[in-house]
Amino acid sequence: MWAITRLLAGKDLRVEMRSRVIINQVVPFAALMMVMFAFALDSDTVLARVAPGLVWLAAMFSLLVIVQRSFALEAADGALDALRVAGANAGGIFLGKALALAAQLAVLEVILLGAALVLYNSHIVGSGIALLVGTYFTATAGLAFVGTLYGGLAVGAKGRETLLPLLMLPVVAPVLIGATRATEAALGTNGATATDGWPWVGLLTLFAVVFGVGGTLSFGSLIDE
Amino acid sequence: MEPVVELVDVVAVLGQFPVLAGASLRVARGEIVLLRGPNGAGKTSLLRLCAGLLVIRRGSANVLGVDLVADRSAVRSRVGLLGHSNGLYADLTVADNVRFWGATIGASADEVLGAMQRMGLDDRLADVAVSRLSAGQRRRTALACLVARRAELWLLDEPHAGLDAAGRDELDAILRAAASSGATVIVASHELERAGSLATRVVEVVAGQVRERAL
Repeated sequence: MWAITRLLAGKDLRVEMRSRVIINQVVPFAALMMVMFAFALDSDTVLARVAPGLVWLAAMFSLLVIVQRSFALEAADGALDALRVAGANAGGIFLGKALALAAQLAVLEVILLGAALVLYNSHIVGSGIALLVGTYFTATAGLAFVGTLYGGLAVGAKGRETLLPLLMLPVVAPVLIGATRATEAALGTNGATATDGWPWVGLLTLFAVVFGVGGTLSFGSLIDE
Repeated sequence: MEPVVELVDVVAVLGQFPVLAGASLRVARGEIVLLRGPNGAGKTSLLRLCAGLLVIRRGSANVLGVDLVADRSAVRSRVGLLGHSNGLYADLTVADNVRFWGATIGASADEVLGAMQRMGLDDRLADVAVSRLSAGQRRRTALACLVARRAELWLLDEPHAGLDAAGRDELDAILRAAASSGATVIVASHELERAGSLATRVVEVVAGQVRERAL
């Protein structure tokens, strides 16, 4: 299983290195969202207060694009079918695609946080750095697992482009809430302190574990006939 | 000699739709068998069944010594199915693709190189992105992936589609060489003249059932 995990993750990252779709299209899309939020809210005070939520909203919408892209690669020329015929371990396929997704999402989230610091005048509190790292790690893992699971579910469906957000967004709502609250605590937004954020990291960890284990065990039946 | 494929009265469904209705077929090692028949007769389903992708509702099916009724996934790593699509990643190069598919069964770098050379994918093409290849070159790349995966049973659905005359000749030579080196090939095709000259045996698929035909 681990060999297939490494193989799939390496392949997806190599595809991105060659095509640069995430760098040339998804990152500008996410950055544009951050700018549009600033235009729409048009108040430094409000923006600083809601910055953590906007960062995670932008990450979530970008995730939809990355997941669509990740599974379009497999569907375009029947590669997912070929992976099944090749007898590739389904749990390994799930973990490999989730790992590549997490790596791409992590880069994007760092850029989004940087944009929030610059555009929304947010600040990282010294005591909140560990919390911020923990939040990013667990939330990214949770989003990547859910994205891969629902990407696999929607890949063979009619109208998958519109079906995916409909299926996925309600499921990732706990990540949006947890990651936003934990990031607020890390940035000291609305008077929150770093200690307020750790219970949310616990929730994000539980979410990631449930979807990581569930996805690994169930992905085979999702992509099989 | 033990047959590579032995299907006896197999009934298979796709969802609620029956795709094979009592199909029986026996194929020996090294044979090139042509499946012919009208659209919707069950040719593609027969190939997918042999690749362990269809659920068997009745009958018995044994492919490469694996009982598909008991565990159809066990045969998958030993067969190569090339359908209407090639299973390639367009943004990756030819070498990347062959290396990737070879790695699914732990093929060495030498085996990958050998597979590419056998399919005529020389150094000039190795580093070209698949998206920039012609249909024939993509087909050859897909076949190289089958070789790198050490497929013992080649299941090909309309393999000549999209190829020019030279590409078709090349493909026929590749399939003959594969069969002579011990692989077994089953081809579903509408191009009877072309595929018929290649095949050692022709079977007709009609309404989900299989009938032997004289060459």
